Amino acid sequence: MTHTPKLQLSQVIKSYGDKRILDEINLTVAPGEFCTLVGPSGCGKSTLLRMILGQEFPDSGSLQLDGQPAHFPDPSRGIVFQRYSLFPHLTVLDNLLLGHRLSHQNWWLPWRANSAATDKAMDFLRRVRMDNAALKYPHELSGGMQQRAAIAQSLLMKPPVLLMDEPFGALDPDTREELQIFILELWQQEQLTIFFVTHDLEESLYLGSRLLVLSQYYRDDRINTELNQKGAKIVADHAIDFGSLSTSVKDSREFKDLIHSVRQEGFNPRVMQHVNEFNLLHPDAFHYPAA
Amino acid sequence: MHAPKLLGLHASPNRGLRIMLGLLPFILVIGLYLWASDLRLADNPKDKLLPSPSQMVDNIQRLATEPDKRSGKILLWSDTLASLSRIAMGAGAAAIIGILLGLNMGMFKGFSVLFSPVINFISMIPPLAILPILFISFGIGELGKVMLIFIGCCPFIIRDMYLATLAIPRQQVVKALTLGASPLAIVYRVVLPQLMPRAIDSLRLTLGAAWLFLIAAEAIASTEGLGYRIFLVRRYMDMATILPYVAWVTLLGFSIDWLLRTLRLKLYPWYQSGDH
Repeated sequence: MTHTPKLQLSQVIKSYGDKRILDEINLTVAPGEFCTLVGPSGCGKSTLLRMILGQEFPDSGSLQLDGQPAHFPDPSRGIVFQRYSLFPHLTVLDNLLLGHRLSHQNWWLPWRANSAATDKAMDFLRRVRMDNAALKYPHELSGGMQQRAAIAQSLLMKPPVLLMDEPFGALDPDTREELQIFILELWQQEQLTIFFVTHDLEESLYLGSRLLVLSQYYRDDRINTELNQKGAKIVADHAIDFGSLSTSVKDSREFKDLIHSVRQEGFNPRVMQHVNEFNLLHPDAFHYPAA
Repeated sequence: MHAPKLLGLHASPNRGLRIMLGLLPFILVIGLYLWASDLRLADNPKDKLLPSPSQMVDNIQRLATEPDKRSGKILLWSDTLASLSRIAMGAGAAAIIGILLGLNMGMFKGFSVLFSPVINFISMIPPLAILPILFISFGIGELGKVMLIFIGCCPFIIRDMYLATLAIPRQQVVKALTLGASPLAIVYRVVLPQLMPRAIDSLRLTLGAAWLFLIAAEAIASTEGLGYRIFLVRRYMDMATILPYVAWVTLLGFSIDWLLRTLRLKLYPWYQSGDH
């Protein structure tokens, strides 16, 4: 890899009390990657995301963003949550301007108007097709519009990595698909690096240029470890390219086969792959040393 | 199937019925009073217990327009001004301190560890029980009364603001940090504005108690004020003054509440409390 990786985790371990959640996570995300992370519920997806976000810290191992060790949340990563991403007391435009204000103005003074920042925010709103809702409050918007505004709000800050925590999880299927296309377009236009967590396998396959499967269903050579004391690992790492961003790829044979195999790899408690059999096909994938 | 007009789970009374039924208890109480007053006055024209409306109007007209012989002040207005300024100072200070303390306790763990136990403890002290202490330490002038209102209202507002701060989703704080906010900017520019409408509601709820403390303090040691007047004329069983004064206090409380609510709706259109 020629560039500094946007995100690098090595040997990250996390436990809550006696229960190990994540076990030796190794991950390198290159710039421009649209990385999606799926896994069965309870596998530690959210824990992993919170650690990348700086809300939690690994018990051991290291976590770097843009070559720098990760600290508490800061502008080195943007975030779009499933809910509560917009500030309810601000209009859409003020929500977008808030980042500029918070980072360029003194908080104890009234916000000053800045026409350059306003123009830029309006330009972003046009790009996310929200310019006619600029003066509305979040509660006046539909769920899909709220998420579009939240994405614009994060992107305005040009974060090195955009983290997304099931951002479309609360939307109806039509809106969801519309926003999937929307984020793919943005990803291509703006050359973003995105780390996208979802529990929806289809979504992760359709969106991702790289699919990571986090799962606790695997076996290794450790003996005397109960299933629930073994933390989740990345059990599959696929490079994905269906050659088209059209939603019609979701109906293709290839797409469905991949869904089926990922479901077996990660979601089926009866299929316990050995660590050495993991499907780590992505060029950046970490390979466990052979036993 | 039509929805029933008044009775049952599915009732949807129309506008006319709503207004009529809303007014009904008022009309009943006033009618009952007029009837009883009439009966007693017919029996004894000098009866002071249930004065007639004309007696009350005469009385209030005198209090509201003619200067008092002794002080030269127009009593109703000077009493009102004295009481309102005490309420404003006491409840206003309670609101400002309450918002700041509750907000910082909710945002900063260290702050809440330091202040929560003592505030929970203080809020259990019956304010009237320490009224003598307040009069002794702050004097029987304005400060003592204002302090009683302040001490009576502040713990409630602190605790309400603390809970409201805790209810702000953690995601918002994280989001603001990723947008480059400093901790203080989050506290005062992201969280505080969201607390303001709730603070107004909190103040509205606590104003009832503020009036209670005001009247109590004025009854005990004062030279003017609505509570002072009510307790002063009690000596002469002057119901023709007491009743209009009570009605006036009630009207003032009602108007302030309405004013605060209107202010909240105007200033914070994004706030949804379910109270419209």
